[in-house]
Amino acid sequence: MAKPHITFHESQPAKAQGLLAWLHIDLPLMIALLLLVGIGLAILFSAGDKEMVLLHKQLIRLGFGFAVMVVLAQIHPDNFRRWSPWLYGLGILFLVLVILFGELGKGAQRWLDLGFVRFQPSEMFKLTLPMLIAWYLAEQRLPPSPSRLIAAALFTVLPVILIAKQPDLGTALLVGSGGAFALFLAGISWRLIAVGGILMAAMGPVTWYLMHDYQRQRVLTFLNPESDPLGTGYHIIQSKIAIGSGGISGKGWLNGTQSHLEFLPERHTDFIFAVISEEFGLVGVVALLMLYLFIILRGLYIASQAQDTFGRILAGALSLIFFVYLFVNAGMVTGLLPVVGVPLPLISYGGTSLVTILASFGILMSIQTHKKLLPT
Amino acid sequence: MANRKKKKAQQAEIIRQPSYRARRFTVLAVLALAYVSLIWQSVDRQVFETAFLQEQGERRYLRTMKVSASRGMITDRNGEPLSISTPVKSVVANPRVVKSDNQTIGALASILDLNPDRLRRQLSSDRSFVYLKRRINPDQAEKVAALEIKGLDLQSEYRRFYPSGEVMSHIVGFTNIDDQGQEGMELAYDQWLSGTPGAKRVIKDGSGRVVNQVENIQSPAPGKDLTLSIDRRLQFLAYRELKAAVAKHRARSGSVVILDAQNGEILAMVNSPAYNPNDLQDRRSSKLRNRSVTDVFEPGSTIKPFAVAAAMEQGKFRPTTPIDVSPGYMKVGRYLVRDHRNYGMIDVATVLRKSSNVGASKIALSMPPENLWQLYTKLGFGSSPESLFPGESSGRLPHFSDWSSFEQATLSFGYGLSVTPLQLARAYSVLANDGERLPVSLLKQDQQPVGERVLRQSTARSVVAMLESVVSRDGSAPLAAVPGYRVAGKTGTAKKSVAGGYAEDKYLSLFVGMAPATRPRLVMAVFIDEPGGEEYYGGAVAGPVFSKVMSGALRLMNIPPDKPWHDDKLMARLGEQE
Repeated sequence: MAKPHITFHESQPAKAQGLLAWLHIDLPLMIALLLLVGIGLAILFSAGDKEMVLLHKQLIRLGFGFAVMVVLAQIHPDNFRRWSPWLYGLGILFLVLVILFGELGKGAQRWLDLGFVRFQPSEMFKLTLPMLIAWYLAEQRLPPSPSRLIAAALFTVLPVILIAKQPDLGTALLVGSGGAFALFLAGISWRLIAVGGILMAAMGPVTWYLMHDYQRQRVLTFLNPESDPLGTGYHIIQSKIAIGSGGISGKGWLNGTQSHLEFLPERHTDFIFAVISEEFGLVGVVALLMLYLFIILRGLYIASQAQDTFGRILAGALSLIFFVYLFVNAGMVTGLLPVVGVPLPLISYGGTSLVTILASFGILMSIQTHKKLLPT
Repeated sequence: MANRKKKKAQQAEIIRQPSYRARRFTVLAVLALAYVSLIWQSVDRQVFETAFLQEQGERRYLRTMKVSASRGMITDRNGEPLSISTPVKSVVANPRVVKSDNQTIGALASILDLNPDRLRRQLSSDRSFVYLKRRINPDQAEKVAALEIKGLDLQSEYRRFYPSGEVMSHIVGFTNIDDQGQEGMELAYDQWLSGTPGAKRVIKDGSGRVVNQVENIQSPAPGKDLTLSIDRRLQFLAYRELKAAVAKHRARSGSVVILDAQNGEILAMVNSPAYNPNDLQDRRSSKLRNRSVTDVFEPGSTIKPFAVAAAMEQGKFRPTTPIDVSPGYMKVGRYLVRDHRNYGMIDVATVLRKSSNVGASKIALSMPPENLWQLYTKLGFGSSPESLFPGESSGRLPHFSDWSSFEQATLSFGYGLSVTPLQLARAYSVLANDGERLPVSLLKQDQQPVGERVLRQSTARSVVAMLESVVSRDGSAPLAAVPGYRVAGKTGTAKKSVAGGYAEDKYLSLFVGMAPATRPRLVMAVFIDEPGGEEYYGGAVAGPVFSKVMSGALRLMNIPPDKPWHDDKLMARLGEQE
């Protein structure tokens, strides 16, 4: 348990970083995030056909997101721990309200209008679910007792089902994985993981039965995109073509044909990864993935350096959710996974997830920068 | 002991504590695996499959497009346009891209004057190319373009306009929506008129709009112009008079053909009923036929001059040779040949002037059938006039070996063979051209065509001289006379054959003639089919049409009059006109 000492030295930086330390900013994470966001804006400029309106809106969202991040970084992790049951309860309440009064959009009921603000309650579970599980399991000695595990599993399943009902498979997947990561990091036994895995596999056919038609179609299309090249397979075929025609070095910024000729659907939102692939080639893709990897690893490092179990589980789960974002999106665009509406984190055009992601980095920074000096 | 206990507790704790190192390793391993698969997927697409996928991409945005070429213009002999191509736009759509919401449908339907339901159906098909409306007006095209509907495009095409309308309809014909000739000269000279479409390579975006042109593969070659032998002024004149006559006599149909006697060019060829080629609705099959070349008739008495010519070629007859046609009929085999009345003892010229069937029969029967057949054949009866007009009919002339003597007799006054108006006009042009037959042509001739001698010059000239008397006051067609000009011609009033014989009340009224008779320049055949009124004689029905059209044509062609100056009638008529 000598590690906090080292962390203390790390978090006691030189004078030039005094302001950042005072603001509870983690410099490596911050630099990486700014770099990523900068690249994202450049790509959005190209993918959105040089539409400045798009960039302005995105800039406003980013500004808001970073503000939220900095604010959350000021809050001591103990507060998150204390608030987590309330936040979770409030979230469930909102989800129920969405089902009862939510606004319809694109065939799904996801939005809640509170009069002064319109938001997706499902988004907050990406933060509050890991928080709740971390709080609930960290209260007691680890590893958790079976009854606690069952309760934690139920805490996870409840919002996931409510979100999947909207339907919003992408968010349900991310929220569910967040809960699962928290459970995993809390240390449930491998045996239980194996049992869980088998249960999930067994649930497969049941899930298939419960899925909406368009969701089933997506899976079928994923398995064989050429079966319906003009309908549901269109996205994935155009995306493959865009990626493939980028080659090793890419066609250059603003020179992608598939995206600029409007063959690539959703090119500035879910399929922006294909634009990157076409314009910057394999080299650009690998470089971008490395930048993401740095951010993920930094998050995991923060988790490993966390002062208590709550912080460790929460930081780990949040980092891994970020990773799932990346993997599901990039996997979908490259044809590794079926089409699920998950944006490329911090690059895709769009508001809600951007704020959520930056908020999670705010929590990570809070965990990293609020450490008590332990007596040696 | 305490130490031991502590150790045990520690041991227990170690056992109970999950292995975080394993967990950390698992997380990193999963991360590594995910990264390897993502990068592998990218390498697969961007290194191994890149050529294939690049080609697939090009196939989607690089397209070869047809560039339509303009069709050649059809003009009359003086360069007046008869059929011209004008650039128009067609509205094409990609239904998979076009949003078929009510607003779009409504706007399009009102601009293009289409049924909204039909439009909706078209736009909800799963094809990627439909014509919404072809050949729209420029102002419509502008409005459609202003809508800026994604997936909608305006395609450049050409459409044919026929400024002369129904007057030229049968000659010129028309093209279909794809600019291919369907009728008339548009069909006959389709290849000549058609341009060769060019091709260009273009970049198209996802909704099918052309973004820019990459290269010009081949420029479109416009079609060649076609100059017809037709004189638009004569055509207008002939059509006006024919239409009026057909209406006046409540006839089924009518045709007028005017030939240039000296070079075989067809100067006018009109039929009634005609149609307006600019109006799709008006293209009914009964109106479409160019009856002048497609329909065959028994020519009746108009054939008689050729029977006389054949006999004169034999040297057996001269215009003054007397023939006894009394008592007004004669028995040939089991049949009777009749005249209107008993003309008694008349000469050959009078046989033509009075149109005696008995006289013509006697002349025909005086020579071997072979001779008559040979002349008829050389005149072009029973064979195609080779004007190259689509659907041209050859008519029918039975071979002489099949003739009975009665048939030989009837062939001399125009029954037992069938001809088209063009064939008959052409046969008369042989008389007009001093016995030489020229090829007929619907195209303007640059040089004098080579003719073929059919009759001796003297025979042709004396037959023409005899035919002048037909138009005289005591001939069968005084109404065909043209003031100021000497006219030679022949009337015909043919009973129409129906199933089982000849109808008693259905006639074909004809007049074929030429002017000026001293040196014929124009040959004209007038056919009026089944006049419905009291009058049905060729001289009364077809003769006046000939007179009016011929007098106008002679003046339009600046052909000097050949009738003596002191002719009372001429002076009187001139006085009337002024």
